[in-house]
Amino acid sequence: MGYVAVKGGTQAIEASIERLKFERLKGQEVLDVEAIKSGMRGLIDQVMSEASLYDVGLAAIAIKQAEGSAEEAVFLLRAFRSTLPRKHVTRVADSATAEVERRISASFKDVPGGQILGASTDYTQRLIDFGLLSETKADALNFLSNYRSEDSTSTDLGALPKVVDYLREEGLLVLFEDDDQEPDDVTKMNLEFPTSRSTRLQMLTRGQTGAVISLGYSALRTYGAAHPTVGELRIANIPLYIHHPLFEACDEGEDYYIGDIKVTEVESFITTEQKNQLGKTDIQFSIGYGVAFGQNETKAIAMSILDKALQMKDSPLPVSNEEFVLYSIDTVESTGFISHLKLPHYVTFQSKLDSARKKV
Amino acid sequence: MKLQYNYAFFDEGSKREIRRATLKAVAIPGYQVPFASREMPIGRGWGTGGLQLTLSLIGNEDTLKVIDQGSDESVNAVNIKKLIVNTTGAPVTEETKEATLIQSRHRIPEEPLGSDQILVLQVPYPEPLRYIEPSEYVTKRLHGDKEYSGAWLMLFEQIMKHGKMATGADHAVFVHDRYLMAPSPIPRFDNPKMHDSEALILLGAGREKKIHAVPPFTKVESIAFDDYPFEVEQFTDKSCIKCGATHTFMDEIISGLKTVHQCNDSSHCLSRMNQEAV
Repeated sequence: MGYVAVKGGTQAIEASIERLKFERLKGQEVLDVEAIKSGMRGLIDQVMSEASLYDVGLAAIAIKQAEGSAEEAVFLLRAFRSTLPRKHVTRVADSATAEVERRISASFKDVPGGQILGASTDYTQRLIDFGLLSETKADALNFLSNYRSEDSTSTDLGALPKVVDYLREEGLLVLFEDDDQEPDDVTKMNLEFPTSRSTRLQMLTRGQTGAVISLGYSALRTYGAAHPTVGELRIANIPLYIHHPLFEACDEGEDYYIGDIKVTEVESFITTEQKNQLGKTDIQFSIGYGVAFGQNETKAIAMSILDKALQMKDSPLPVSNEEFVLYSIDTVESTGFISHLKLPHYVTFQSKLDSARKKV
Repeated sequence: MKLQYNYAFFDEGSKREIRRATLKAVAIPGYQVPFASREMPIGRGWGTGGLQLTLSLIGNEDTLKVIDQGSDESVNAVNIKKLIVNTTGAPVTEETKEATLIQSRHRIPEEPLGSDQILVLQVPYPEPLRYIEPSEYVTKRLHGDKEYSGAWLMLFEQIMKHGKMATGADHAVFVHDRYLMAPSPIPRFDNPKMHDSEALILLGAGREKKIHAVPPFTKVESIAFDDYPFEVEQFTDKSCIKCGATHTFMDEIISGLKTVHQCNDSSHCLSRMNQEAV
């Protein structure tokens, strides 16, 4: 009979996992996934955006499993996303022809097509509605049957012109050639510096909401002229199409429609100085671009600031340093590495101790 | 909706891609090969680089051993083992000799490894020059130019300040006279085990998305000066309270009022005790 390893570790871990389940269920309520889908739009949108996986149903299960922790829910979805083969790339999607739910401009009062407020907390006072304590399903159904949707509007919500087009027509926008290069896929490569714009935009849109907002804010409140004007913020349902898998060259009529995604898209105007042909300096506008799955307005605006800041190579702003921003902004990377500090560091600490004790 | 995962978690395309990066790492010893690190069901910074290597390599003939800072029973080792076993059904062992694939966080086992074994190390910071140069763009070029004066200067400054080299774990090594490499935070005690190792050593950094390797029988030298030689951690006059070993890396354990020492490599300690018991 020899010595055997103590199995305490495994048992303790099993007990801890059991305890986690207990904490989720101890209130004797089972959270319905349908209820999460229907009533937790904000959290679902945030989680889908940070996970870069657009699936409301999966997000709802992840939120249930994570007991509402966004960090944990995103982690679950990202790990699941890793196991999915990528079979298709959609055709380029155009938000100009998408069905708009909300569309505002802070630059022009009278934009063609008008300001469409849609659903937003912007115009509410943040007072806790104690009435929600006793809200019943009957109340909800009653409200719904009386709710008059604004379908009667004469505006064609699928054909609202973009605000940038107006500036472009006026010649006030720095113009660029269309760049239809295949975008880089940050989930299939390691970052190489300097990065391409498609790399930066992907990293930003997957970024942790709080981190994107904080870093964007840091550019806004310090010196430097990164104060943008929101040219247009639109929330739209964009239809996605893929090529016919066998007939790549077919025209668009042969494409398959695979569903809609709801996105928040922001185009911010930032003034830049351009030398004209006479050698004088003109003031023109350039665009910072932000886009995020779901209704994620603050994040999308902050992203548009960061997009612009990252293009200002000689700027003294900390957020013009792409290694700093792109290496710090991902939720799975930051939360994973911070939380690893809870792991044992017996060996490494012993090595440090040895170094500290070693007398010369 | 219960979903089945593929053998070893990943889809086959992902595994192939990781293996390709691994082959490149083996071909260029000590060079950090960028790869498309996947998000894993365990935390980034918890060994996802090592885990991706292990999952891309494991097959039906493999026997797996996972250790975390010397222990087979540490929380993270248990968790990683569970994931691998759940998705592969691979047999697990705690005996270093029996394992064909050993994933380890911050230790190289005391038992010498053989040519039929692969050691996978988990790496938090793959870049040995990061303390000197914060930019990835720049460090990549420094390696290309074999421009390592920053690393020498850092050691020199430590000697000027403290009269000795003050490195802890993760003391950088030169691999085959070419690349300066972070050996992962193994104690200095383990650095010499990399030199001329019979086993293939693979190092994976999941968060930083890099793979590097020390192929078998490769020259590995810890960075040091002629007049200030490299030194491993000293356990002079110490012996393991359990197995009596005097030549192993030991944990310091505060037991009541006195400090005792115990082998850090728990499976090695156990097999020594069992040998004595026979």
